[in-house]
Amino acid sequence: MSTLAQLNVGDSVKEIQLEPVSRIDLIKYAGASGDFNPIHTIDEEAKKAGLPGIIAHGMWTMGNLAKLFTPYFEEGFVKNYSIRFKGMVFLNDVITLKATLKEAVDNKLRFQVQAVNQNGNEVLKGEVLFNQY
Amino acid sequence: MFRDQVGKRSTKVKNVVERGAVKKFAEAIGDPHPIYFEEETGRNSRYQNNIAPPTFPRTFDYGVIEGLNLPNKGLIHGEQTFHYERPLVVGEELLCYSEVKKYFEKKGNFGEMGFLILASFGEDLAGNTIFSSTSTVVISEAVRKVLTK
Repeated sequence: MSTLAQLNVGDSVKEIQLEPVSRIDLIKYAGASGDFNPIHTIDEEAKKAGLPGIIAHGMWTMGNLAKLFTPYFEEGFVKNYSIRFKGMVFLNDVITLKATLKEAVDNKLRFQVQAVNQNGNEVLKGEVLFNQY
Repeated sequence: MFRDQVGKRSTKVKNVVERGAVKKFAEAIGDPHPIYFEEETGRNSRYQNNIAPPTFPRTFDYGVIEGLNLPNKGLIHGEQTFHYERPLVVGEELLCYSEVKKYFEKKGNFGEMGFLILASFGEDLAGNTIFSSTSTVVISEAVRKVLTK
């Protein structure tokens, strides 16, 4: 397994492309998180809210994005994680998760992270500060 | 109406980083890594236990802020942050609470948008803050009008 310590500023971790977003993904997230806002699971409710269809919970995408760092749990931990939700994620969207090292100071690695959809649009953008042990 | 709420806090609620909940959550975010639920992987790790994913605090009960009436519809989650002293460990107990940190309004595409920033905290039983988080909730003018009726 490669380590984050080998990365140079400007390098990226291996990106992850998710399977197309399915309704069951969002039903599972609703159950696991306790966020039962129906715009994430029920078509009519999404339409009533003026949306073309159900949208993913922003926190579902944010939760997914963090998995780029899970394999490195022995090396350090996610100390800060901040995200701005930039666009909606719809059913069947194909989301790609990315992280690029922006700065390394002492034992702190600062990554720019983002999730983009199949059209190349950013749906979520932010930063992870990874604290190395 | 939201400005008056700034500084208000909920009463702390005890939460447990429950093994089953962590597993279910890790699966729901497509991150079924053994560090989250396989006991042996946890035991052999530097944490000597399983840990929870960084966004797991979304599942906690933070108590009720008296007088803060947020609708469950029509809100937009704008931003989210988490800050950790260390990862959360399966089985540990945390006292969690929320606070209304800030409220401001800004002109946007859909009229005057309201931005409510809620801060949430998790302390160990000795009172040390282990994690904190902020959520920025965007409330449109239309939704605010309904609320003040």
